[in-house]
Amino acid sequence: MAAENSSSINMSAQKAISAVSPLTLRIIAECPVTKARACDLILPHCAVSTPVFMPVGTQGTMKGITVDQLEGLGCQICLGNTYHLGMRPGPDLIDKANGLHGFMNWKRNLLTDSGGFQMVSLVELSEVTEEGVKFKSPYDGKEILLTPEKSIGIQNSLGSDIMMQLDDVVSSTVTGPRVEEAMHRSIRWLDRCIAANKKPDKQNLFAIIQGGLNSELRKTCLDEMTKRDVPGFAIGGLSGGEEKDDFWRMVTLSTDHLPREKPRYLMGVGYAVDLVVCVALGCDMFDCVFPTRTARFGSALVPWGAIQLRSKQYAKDFQPIDPDCDCPTCKRHSRAYLHALFKSDTAAMHHVTIHNIAYQLTLMLSVRRSIVEGRFPEFIQTFMKQMFPSRDQYPSWAVDALASVNITLE
Amino acid sequence: MAAGRMKLELFRVVQGTGRLGVLTGLGRTGQHSLEVPGCLLYSHCGTVPHLTQDTLHTLSTLPSVTQITLSNIAEHQEVLEAFKDGFKKFSGLHDTVLYCSLHDPATSFPTGHTTYKTVSVWGSGGRIELTVEKFMDLQKTIQPDWYQSMADGETWQTNTSRKRVRKSVDRTLAHLDECLLLHQKSQELEGVEIFGVVEGGDIQEERVRSARETAKRPVAGFCLDGLQTGSMDKALRTQLISAVTKELPDDKPRLLQGVGQPDEVLACVEAGVDLFESFFPFQVTERGCALCFSFDISPDPERAGRAPPAVLELHKETDAAGETQQNGDHIIDDQTQMTSFEINLKDKRYQDDFRPLVEGCGCYCCKNHQRAYLHHLLVTNELLAGVLLMIHNTAHYHGFFGALRGALANDKLDLLKRRVLGERDEQIKTKL
Repeated sequence: MAAENSSSINMSAQKAISAVSPLTLRIIAECPVTKARACDLILPHCAVSTPVFMPVGTQGTMKGITVDQLEGLGCQICLGNTYHLGMRPGPDLIDKANGLHGFMNWKRNLLTDSGGFQMVSLVELSEVTEEGVKFKSPYDGKEILLTPEKSIGIQNSLGSDIMMQLDDVVSSTVTGPRVEEAMHRSIRWLDRCIAANKKPDKQNLFAIIQGGLNSELRKTCLDEMTKRDVPGFAIGGLSGGEEKDDFWRMVTLSTDHLPREKPRYLMGVGYAVDLVVCVALGCDMFDCVFPTRTARFGSALVPWGAIQLRSKQYAKDFQPIDPDCDCPTCKRHSRAYLHALFKSDTAAMHHVTIHNIAYQLTLMLSVRRSIVEGRFPEFIQTFMKQMFPSRDQYPSWAVDALASVNITLE
Repeated sequence: MAAGRMKLELFRVVQGTGRLGVLTGLGRTGQHSLEVPGCLLYSHCGTVPHLTQDTLHTLSTLPSVTQITLSNIAEHQEVLEAFKDGFKKFSGLHDTVLYCSLHDPATSFPTGHTTYKTVSVWGSGGRIELTVEKFMDLQKTIQPDWYQSMADGETWQTNTSRKRVRKSVDRTLAHLDECLLLHQKSQELEGVEIFGVVEGGDIQEERVRSARETAKRPVAGFCLDGLQTGSMDKALRTQLISAVTKELPDDKPRLLQGVGQPDEVLACVEAGVDLFESFFPFQVTERGCALCFSFDISPDPERAGRAPPAVLELHKETDAAGETQQNGDHIIDDQTQMTSFEINLKDKRYQDDFRPLVEGCGCYCCKNHQRAYLHHLLVTNELLAGVLLMIHNTAHYHGFFGALRGALANDKLDLLKRRVLGERDEQIKTKL
């Protein structure tokens, strides 16, 4: 095991030197049972320990949390949304402010999406052509065409450490020829994105694997995209309301065919169980608005699920959210105080946002540590026992997914 | 009643220019102090609006006293009774003096619910009616270090009759006597200070009567109620306060409720007020504005931590741009309106302004962020806007109080007034 590790470090180091991209992936440990791995992902602003959860700061801010607080929580990379930032404040202003890092004064890494997903999910009237995505601006009603070149142009202005290609997003519940068309178009758009990237020495461009829930299409997409010399890959088109049985099969199919020496980013996944299972399936990076969004509604994440602090049952509960949590919120405040504060001030949301980000980051650190220490399978057993009151409550997809990587839940 | 430890030491008292001193012996163990003229830290349920402990403690100098209000807390009485250890511990406030007032100075509330025996406060769940017994039960569960006696202050609307004003003085004195009686009997409140409330609407003889009568009672200090911004003409307010403070003993502090604009603070300090509530920076924050008025009178800009030419330049620049700032004097009945002490960051002109809110300001917001970013956060309705503005506005406002004390100590109050008001008047003139 140890020998294997050191040889893998050397191999990946060599690979990294040969690559021109501003990204290095050092595989620190691989789980001998599952497909999980722990890596150091070296990006322009700092090293990222994977598996990693990336909180989402849509509009150049992390929902009421200062950049110092976010850094204090140990966050090494967070997201910004190209669609929102491209609209407001716009790429010209961001350019003047020395990119999104300068604008929001964030010293660590940023990942930006392509803007395509929001266009399809937020804007009703959008139309996809070979040229790009056409939509009406919700701010001034003007018709806008987002092309792969424009998306990369905005992302070059934003100056993110990782940019995402513009892909043709189809809802994961859609079937038929549209899925195939979208997959092929995403490959063509990837080539246009690669060509459009003006700063390949400073900004990494990730490809996004599409193909819906169809194994054949996914495989074709994987074959094509892995031929391109991109610094990393995302698994896209999932986490959109599809059956979990389909979801995990597409994830594991993707990781089976993605190159070992490049990072794998599973988009839009953030529930604790999904994170742990998908790490076992071989994913390194995750993002999701869920932990921060749910925080603002008063839901605090805990090892046994979540607690709704606004619910009356916590009015006289004088314990911290999670007695074992070391976050600034749990160190100082009780459930009862937060319950009361939700009636008086927005700071209540900030307290829970801090806790939930801390929960996600701590969970991933524990996962990583267990992989490094060679006890990830045991970690999964303990994690599942904590999360569910009894074995018969384990979701069957998780049981099946874990079985596929040699973990039989007790 | 166990004698409280609160003690006001006055260093300088000049009739008509204010009192400079320090309030010592604050808190149960008496280890805290507060310089006067000074202001309390405004809070919602023990939390400075928008701020967590991390963001609050980026502020270098915070007042040692946090103000909480029964309007926020009365609804949690049952919870606090179950908790038993008082509000300070409940809210995670460890190292602060807790002062409990009746109403929230930043929120107006419906009138017409006061009776002979009760006053009402409005919380998140609606109206809560308080008798003296309930009021004192609340104080026992909250266990503040210092609280305002129950008072009927519903005299601030225009056309309040002389009869109603007289009634409010009488009721408030009766409430105080009952509060004192229960306070003295209560073990839980041993060592806790109580402030009497001076009422009297806009009638000077009622104000004087209220002050004289309250001063006869064993109170640690005085709250001046019913004089809040919007309730009356500023000149009349100053006159009433001067008349009241003449009647009050020199060795006890006077806290003015509901007044926070810098020009008003200066006038009221001259009239003999020692303490203010700091709800004004919160109101400025809520309308998306940043305090930017200059208060630096130090000849050495480095010592003051603020470069005056830069601030002056800011004022010139805003003038040149023809900013349509509202003059606070003309809007006495609407506290939601912007004053001339602030800039509106939502304004498009700040879209590509990469300067800090105030050049030379040492607050977390000014050291880390630019006006363009604040503008973006405001137009996108992001929660961080409130956090950053609250940090800056709190720092700026407390900085102003520091400058005010410095001016009193060095006989430079006139200079400070010219700095704070003069430049403002100039701005107003150019606009008219």
